[in-house]
Amino acid sequence: MVNASIETHEFDVVIIGAGGAGLRAAIESIDSGAKTAIVCKSLLGKAHTVMAEGGIAAALRNVWKEDSWQVHFRDTMRGGKMLNNWRMAQLHAQEAPDRVNELEEWGALFDRTKDGLILQRDFGGHKYARLAHVGDRTGLELIRTLQQKAVTTGAEVFMEVKIVELLHDENGAVSGALGFYRNNGSFVLFKAKSFILAAGGIGKSWKFTSNSWESTGDGHALALWAGADLIDMEFVQFHPTGMVWPLSVKGLLVTEGVRGDGGILKNSEGKRFMFEYIPQMFAAETADSEAEGDRWYEDKANNRRPPELLPRDEVARSINAEVKAGRGSPHGGVFLDIASRRSPEYIRRRLPSMYHQFKELADVDITVTPMEVGPTCHYAMGGVRVDPDTAKATVEGLYAAGEVAGGMHGSNRLGGNSLSDLVVFGRRAGLAAAQSALEKGSSKLSESLVEDALNRALKPLNNPEGENPYTIQHDLQETMQALVGIIRTESELVEAVEKLEEFKERVKGVGAKGGVKFNASWHTALDLNSMLTVSEACAKAALMRKESRGGHTRDDYPKADPEFGKTNHVVRLQGNDITVTPEPLPVMPDELASLFEGAAQPTGITESKEVK
Amino acid sequence: MADLVVRLWRGDENGGEFIEFKIPAQEGEVVLDVVHRIQATLAPDLAVRWNCKAGKCGSCSAEINGRPRLMCMTRVNQLPEGEPIVITPLKTFPIIRDLVTDVSFNFEMLKKVPGFKPKPREADGTYRMYTEDVERGQEFRKCIECFLCQDVCHVIRDHEENKEHYAGPRLFVRYADLEMNPLDTNDRRQLLVEKMGLGYCNITKCCTEVCPEHIHITDNAIIPLKERVVDDRYDPIAWLGKKIFRKSKKVETDAK
Amino acid sequence: MILRYGIKLVTVTKSNPENVGTKVSLGGVRGGPDVKTLRKDIWWLPQVASGIGLALFVIYATWTAFRNGNYYDGAHGRDYLSPFYSPCLASNCTYKTASVLGTWWKLSPALPILIFPAGFRATCYYYRKAYYKSYWLSPPACGVAEPHKTYSGETKLPLILNNIHRYFWYFAVVFAIILTWDAVAAFRFGNSVGMGLGTLVFIVNAALIWLYTLSCHACRHLCGGHVDQFSKAKIRHWFWKKVSVLNPHHMLFAWLSLVWIGVTDFYVYLVASGTIHDPRFF
Ligand SMILES: Cc1cc2nc3c(=O)[nH]c(=O)nc-3n(C[C@H](O)[C@H](O)[C@H](O)COP(=O)(O)OP(=O)(O)OC[C@H]3O[C@@H](n4cnc5c(N)ncnc54)[C@H](O)[C@@H]3O)c2cc1C
Ligand code: SF4
Ligand code: SF4
Ligand code: FES
Ligand code: FES
Repeated sequence: MVNASIETHEFDVVIIGAGGAGLRAAIESIDSGAKTAIVCKSLLGKAHTVMAEGGIAAALRNVWKEDSWQVHFRDTMRGGKMLNNWRMAQLHAQEAPDRVNELEEWGALFDRTKDGLILQRDFGGHKYARLAHVGDRTGLELIRTLQQKAVTTGAEVFMEVKIVELLHDENGAVSGALGFYRNNGSFVLFKAKSFILAAGGIGKSWKFTSNSWESTGDGHALALWAGADLIDMEFVQFHPTGMVWPLSVKGLLVTEGVRGDGGILKNSEGKRFMFEYIPQMFAAETADSEAEGDRWYEDKANNRRPPELLPRDEVARSINAEVKAGRGSPHGGVFLDIASRRSPEYIRRRLPSMYHQFKELADVDITVTPMEVGPTCHYAMGGVRVDPDTAKATVEGLYAAGEVAGGMHGSNRLGGNSLSDLVVFGRRAGLAAAQSALEKGSSKLSESLVEDALNRALKPLNNPEGENPYTIQHDLQETMQALVGIIRTESELVEAVEKLEEFKERVKGVGAKGGVKFNASWHTALDLNSMLTVSEACAKAALMRKESRGGHTRDDYPKADPEFGKTNHVVRLQGNDITVTPEPLPVMPDELASLFEGAAQPTGITESKEVK
Repeated sequence: MADLVVRLWRGDENGGEFIEFKIPAQEGEVVLDVVHRIQATLAPDLAVRWNCKAGKCGSCSAEINGRPRLMCMTRVNQLPEGEPIVITPLKTFPIIRDLVTDVSFNFEMLKKVPGFKPKPREADGTYRMYTEDVERGQEFRKCIECFLCQDVCHVIRDHEENKEHYAGPRLFVRYADLEMNPLDTNDRRQLLVEKMGLGYCNITKCCTEVCPEHIHITDNAIIPLKERVVDDRYDPIAWLGKKIFRKSKKVETDAK
Repeated sequence: MILRYGIKLVTVTKSNPENVGTKVSLGGVRGGPDVKTLRKDIWWLPQVASGIGLALFVIYATWTAFRNGNYYDGAHGRDYLSPFYSPCLASNCTYKTASVLGTWWKLSPALPILIFPAGFRATCYYYRKAYYKSYWLSPPACGVAEPHKTYSGETKLPLILNNIHRYFWYFAVVFAIILTWDAVAAFRFGNSVGMGLGTLVFIVNAALIWLYTLSCHACRHLCGGHVDQFSKAKIRHWFWKKVSVLNPHHMLFAWLSLVWIGVTDFYVYLVASGTIHDPRFF
């Protein structure tokens, strides 16, 4: 294929990803007067954001007047075990309320308080009820609202196009992106002055995950290959409650809203075990008896919250420990029980899609029977290193927002903080990318670069007898699940890094049978490149972090180490090698630091005996 | 467990045929799992759309034994045992390959919907809406855009030429969402009758039957819209009342 | 906005909106085998059943309407007026509600009034669905191809007239009141109050007519459905909520009231013609 026949489009701003972050960026970019395109791997409106359930966190103060951005900021930092980029956390907490209100102005219909305002619900790690929501389908509401707004604003959308590589101009700025239409396999080249990565997460590299096939870490990999820094790649959030049965849906998410609305965790002995696992850092604000925990749902001012609502990393680890100790449920999870605690009507009204999901997929009626749940790979805290105010990556012409960006959530994300992250930083990225694009002159792309990239993308098709991409994908997922999972240790991580080298060789020999038209095996073969890159980044960063913190738990270093608490791990591509360099964390200004007075330093693995 | 027999439509715009696959059954599976296993082992280039595998994104629409359904929400043990599972692409839209169809018709129609135009905020900077105000619209906003209703609707399923002037049930749900929104100030009734073909729907309810979100498309969206249209153009009493007592909403028919 | 969907390969150097009009493109080859349906269940059964049901009723109603006799039983100390003949408005009525039509009307007095209930049911959203499917075969069943070459739905005469359903509803309320009165009158036994099996039949009839009339979609719209912001229209919201409870069962009420109105008429016929004796409870 020759270059001249490639369909080429020129824009000011091209956004890769049509989830919450991408769409919000597009709206802002168009508003700023930039000619904007959105490119996504699936159809419009199907991005992963659609699956978000619980809500979007913002200190709206509709339910609790005591709430404020400072409290939200503090919760976010503590949830992230103080490893967050403080400036991002600050901007996020300050701007989230405006972004949520703006959604309402664009047509979103949130659940209401008695006074006719947006209702907020409780979620783990948030001091006050803070999550604006629509039943348990908040993500759908968010993406639909943004999609409809973007459509009326005039975004150009390229659906079912996968971007395979970013290309540099002669000055080293990112100024092109090569992709192909999944439908017919024809290639398409985007030239633009700014590119915004909003390509979502990396969860597909693990076997049990709540993420969809799209979450192959394309955005992370594209950035790294283009010379940008990634940070915090060792931190992967395992959501404590994924379905464990039937096997075919293992990993599918059970929203935290179940616990926020009264659900409790029990082991096979029927014991409500979370009281055994309260870490010191949160002991002051967590109930220490079942009675107090139960009273909290009615009277939140005078009681402390039940331990089921601790941050996700704590709950996930506790479940893991229970199962390891042999007190798990028949299918290797624990029981999440709301049936015995709330009326069937209440459950059906508050958690309609959970009811639906269990009924249709597992034939379980959650108003009668407890659910079986266990940890599932859910969210990547790590991502493209960005400037907090502009969402700009460390290479010229590249921006990143949403799950693909790193820093905001530190070592662990609080529930609900992602959707707000998408709209806060999506907007900032759109604004900055558009402004910079409008100031810039156009640049030149070398044709040979395009041709090389194109040939690389076609390689699997030209090697039809090569290894089945599904087999490689499957083996990679097994490896990451077993060796770089929720609990990690030196020897396993070393083994993982070695194995990943073998995978690199295998991926070189991958082949795809069939033609260019909607050929799933070709698409999978190409996804492998990014999956492998993010897996390696994660494993190597994890190896270097010899402590336990947030979404990174080391069996061999069960405690948090204050020195590591001041360090980010920066992942770079040097030559063909992925390297990890520790760099100091940006220091918080005093007026923010003072918000944390008296708060204990984070602990690592929560072993009940140690903390009580 | 016995083997499953799956009869899959494979082909593209140049024609196609049923290919029969035999694959061991596994417990607790949905149809999409079976299709995935076929893809991973027997037919790697099989084209199929999916994303969430939880009935939330509306990607995996197809026709199973002649009925439009989400593959990820159809458990294998719900289907008649011992009979082959017949899977075909959505019939109403042009085929791309295998189970993947070109659903751009729906996106084109969505593009034509005149957007949401809210009234100004209250003096305190908020919008006051109560549960009773949002409940009705929330049902419509559950739509996952699987386009199964569009697929089953005989107006376009059996009459390609109607696509030019008929928006289809998914779109009526969207119009109902906007028309009943307590904040919206636009009036799309004229557009609905003249350009979007509301009158073509003969309320035969197939859309409601297939909606995986259990939206009462016909009863709660289409019929109320038809009644609102009657207010606007077939009912002199309502028309007069509106002229005398209420200011009517703005009419905006220009599609963007 | 411009949506681009990667079907055609257009080589462009700049994005060119003129290439992608907003017109919906027609045609394209459809997938799947070229058969009417792949459904294997007995998809025709519900349509055949309701088609037969409706046909039987129409036959019965025609017979009743032209029967012009044995529609009022006053002879046995009863006061039962068949709902097909109520209100009875011609001078040739056995029992005159009011002689509005005068003496020139020579045909069955059922005919002029039946226009209203017939129109109400013929334009009813449920019956429309039923006859479109059972008789028109558009569609014969969901996912089964219809036999027609073209289809214009309710956009042209005569079917566009279905939009006047609401007017028939206004009359239907009047009729429901009259039939309620007839049920009350069925307690009249000469000069005393009593109750026979017929009385019960009439009460059930009136109740079913109300349920059918109040669960109507036009009713649901008129009593509150037209409101956008319910919090500002509390009373209409209350009504709307109540009607919304009945509305999902509209089909059931449509059938029950249809069958029962026939039963009521036949009962009156049997009693009036002396075929059976109406048992009296008190
Ligand atoms: C089940 C579940 C429930 C959740 N619940 C909540 C919740 O209640 N609250 C909360 O705050 N967060 C929640 N989250 C997390 C949150 O939903 C995600 O982190 C967030 O939606 C990510 O959004 P995004 O815009 O960054 O990317 P995504 O929504 O993942 O979108 C990625 C986009 O990038 C495109 N893309 C990817 N690669 C390419 C490529 N190579 N070329 C072109 N396009 C590409 C995709 O097509 C897609 O459009 C939940 C997540 C899951 C899985
Ligand atoms: S009710 Fe109307 S929109 Fe729905 S399938 Fe039937 S004709 Fe189509
Ligand atoms: S209305 Fe229902 S069937 Fe139609 S697109 Fe939406 S979810 Fe699918
Ligand atoms: S895959 Fe999302 S609905 Fe089936
Ligand atoms: S009577 Fe059936 S809808 Fe009005």
